[in-house]
Amino acid sequence: MPLALKDILCIDGVRTTAGSKILEGYVPPYDSTVVKKLRGAGVPIVGKANLDEFAMGSSTENSAYGPSRNPWDLARVPGGSSGGSAAAVSAGFAPLGIGTDTGGSIRQPASLCGVVGVKPTYGLVSRYGLLAFASSLDQVGPFARTVEDAALLLEAIAGHDRMDATSIPEEVPPYVKGLESGVKGLRVGVVSDWVEGEGVQPGVTERVRAAIESLSSLGAEIGEISLPSFRYALSAYYLIAPAECSSNLARYDGVRWGLRAPEAKDVVEMNVRSRTAGFGDEVKRRIMLGTYALSAGYYDAYYGKAQQVRTLVIRDFEKAYERFDVLLGPTSPTTAFKIGEKADDPLAMYLNDVFTIPSNLAGAAAISLPCGLAEDGLPVGLQLLGPPMSEGLLFKVAYAYEQARGPVDAPPLWGRS
Amino acid sequence: MGPIVSAYETVIGLEVHVELATRSKMFCDSPTTFGAEPNTQTCPVCLGEPGSLPVPNKRAIEYLMLIGLALDCRIAPHSLFHRKNYFYPDMPKNYQISQYDLPLCVEGHLDVDVDGVERRIGITRAHMEEDTGKSLHVGTTGRIAEAKYSLIDYNRAGIPLVEVVSEPDVRSPLEAQRYLTELRAILQTLGVSDVRMEEGSMRCDANVSLRARGTEALGTKVEIKNLNSIRSVSRALTYEIDRQQKALDGGDAIVQETRHFDENTGKTHSLRSKEEAFDYRYFPEPDLVPIEAGDGWVAEVRAQMPELPRARRARIASEHDLTPEQGAFVAASPSSVQYFEALLASGAAARDAAVWMAGELARALNEAGESIESARVPAADLAALIAAVKEGTVTLSSAKKAFQDAYTAGKTPLQIVDERGLQQVSDDDAIATVVDEVLASNQAEVARFRAGEEKVFKFLVGQVIKATKGQASPQVVDRVLRARLGDS
Ligand SMILES: [Zn+2]
Repeated sequence: MPLALKDILCIDGVRTTAGSKILEGYVPPYDSTVVKKLRGAGVPIVGKANLDEFAMGSSTENSAYGPSRNPWDLARVPGGSSGGSAAAVSAGFAPLGIGTDTGGSIRQPASLCGVVGVKPTYGLVSRYGLLAFASSLDQVGPFARTVEDAALLLEAIAGHDRMDATSIPEEVPPYVKGLESGVKGLRVGVVSDWVEGEGVQPGVTERVRAAIESLSSLGAEIGEISLPSFRYALSAYYLIAPAECSSNLARYDGVRWGLRAPEAKDVVEMNVRSRTAGFGDEVKRRIMLGTYALSAGYYDAYYGKAQQVRTLVIRDFEKAYERFDVLLGPTSPTTAFKIGEKADDPLAMYLNDVFTIPSNLAGAAAISLPCGLAEDGLPVGLQLLGPPMSEGLLFKVAYAYEQARGPVDAPPLWGRS
Repeated sequence: MGPIVSAYETVIGLEVHVELATRSKMFCDSPTTFGAEPNTQTCPVCLGEPGSLPVPNKRAIEYLMLIGLALDCRIAPHSLFHRKNYFYPDMPKNYQISQYDLPLCVEGHLDVDVDGVERRIGITRAHMEEDTGKSLHVGTTGRIAEAKYSLIDYNRAGIPLVEVVSEPDVRSPLEAQRYLTELRAILQTLGVSDVRMEEGSMRCDANVSLRARGTEALGTKVEIKNLNSIRSVSRALTYEIDRQQKALDGGDAIVQETRHFDENTGKTHSLRSKEEAFDYRYFPEPDLVPIEAGDGWVAEVRAQMPELPRARRARIASEHDLTPEQGAFVAASPSSVQYFEALLASGAAARDAAVWMAGELARALNEAGESIESARVPAADLAALIAAVKEGTVTLSSAKKAFQDAYTAGKTPLQIVDERGLQQVSDDDAIATVVDEVLASNQAEVARFRAGEEKVFKFLVGQVIKATKGQASPQVVDRVLRARLGDS
């Protein structure tokens, strides 16, 4: 089954752009571990998919190579940052896709494009050969049209890698084998602030409520939960991720690869001019934010505080999983928005990831799968969240719901615009 | 330092960087070979290729732990790597992975003998970091800002470095020298580094300030960067102490700054002031997990601890009844102990072996600019020479000459003795002939001796030995000469 690879994973000898001008002409001299594993599993890579520059964005509009479009409505965004992979799978260009999820970059586009997207436990899939955005949050994961395909693809790419020190040294259990064991007696916690929360589109709430009923009728025990620390998660994320990005992106300086501004009078001017010309606005915004957050005198107030919030989020999750096996909510507060609609309002854009960010901060597993169309005829994503290494459980719940839901419509690709 | 007691007390802290002699780099499998073709000892990781990730070298961490244990440090059960962020082209990621506020080794000390007085120098910390590449700035000044272009060799990038930071307990350039010598001996004994300062595998930064004698508060400190020999450290400190003293005496304030030591002029000059200091924006390295040094692991590493120089010196001196100085020289490094033991195994007496090593061997090595590992006269050959002196077939002075010549000619000392006919002459008749010649040409001295001037006798012995080019046995010369002068 052919696969669309987010253009932020290295393939030896194949141009890698990360959606950025700064990597102009860059050809990696090595394969990422994920690509090696895909080759080993005999999965052909049909092409590299567009993304927000260095995976920073929620709409795939921040690409130096132009925006990607949503197959359900070409005037709308596919979500991001893995919008290219999600759109490719949704449109049927490839049955499988690979994305990366730092704050929701697999789950949110999966939701907006009506496909399955998995954000695995941090450390389950090797990051070796993934151009880093925020190292402590980045995680590679699969896109597919069905839960079973997503589970198969994750089996193929997961596993310990000695090239990644944060890789989990545990064996990957077979996900597909346990898919059909059902949800009877499973405790499902509905995150109430998300389902009815401020800014959640009514059609999204309605589809998620329907999904809850479906799981209930399959024998799952449904309860409600509120996670107070999660309201700070977004702010913490927008300090930690930019801080790490400001350091990770320092190596793009015109010295060794990619774009080099000509005729600079010295190395500092060369660095500055190359970076000024090479990076887009959103990347620059985050580099500046992160540089500031790490500065002497501000570190404790910003980066330090953010790490404390991260600990709170982990603790809230742990408490929640004493009562529930999995948590449930929408993936994104809204369906796909129009291209350009939020492009000039970074804060509105950041709010897209408010339900997905906590799992990244906690290094936990989560999955988004289609749960029907909203009142606007666009796909809604159901998000299932579990503790670290709960992929098997999440696949089982997702599969049970998917079977009950039945097949989803294909996008009316050329119908609207 | 002169004998005058200054009104100031000198306060020195030393930061020593040591390149570890692991086979592969700190965070990748690239080899650490010194002197290879530029950019051949590299891989995606140490070149900072987009997407590459660091994986710590366990051996390097164990080497650091060993250093910490040798310096009586506490091994932190939980320590971290941080990123030190700044832009420089020879640093491929534009950040350096380094330990910061949670280093592996803390609160140790090193006891140093300073002319018979024991001084305990506190060790604040010993931590791990990665080395940078090397830049060559092509242009008139050799500085990056004025360079026409720059070439970068990343072979050194990612080589494991340990930084050993002392407390400000060092009180003079001499103490600094002794501290560094002892630290180098320890590192050499542990086998964790080549500690070749000339190749840059050991480098030193020195912090120095003065304060009024008897006061506690520290004065404003100046950091002297990148000193590349123990001698440079001592010279730079001596200059800097004098400079600060003159400034304070003249009523000037010391500026907190970083200074560079110029080997040629012997002076330090300002590089940058505190206001220009970088903000490195340290934060925990997210690509690495914390180092968890459990008791089991620490005990395992401790079990590999060899006998340290201090204990070795004491043992060798007492075992072989040597003076402390001889003991110190012989036990200076594992290689010199090996050499010493080989001399003994080849039949040399301990005293003779120590005297020869501290004397002729040290001189030859010094002149050739070599260390004892590469001594060109094997211990067995030196032992044979020592035996020949003992047996009386070669005089001591001929033996010394033969040894130095052998060293440069690459032959054994006894080969030189044979080739040049340096064997000791103890034949009475042969010596008597020379004695007669000497007496004939020194009539005046003979007369003075006969008049009772005893010291002239020594002169005459010297003349005879000189006439035989040092080959005559002094005992025989003495006997024959006295007989001839009718004095026995
Ligand atoms: Zn390497």
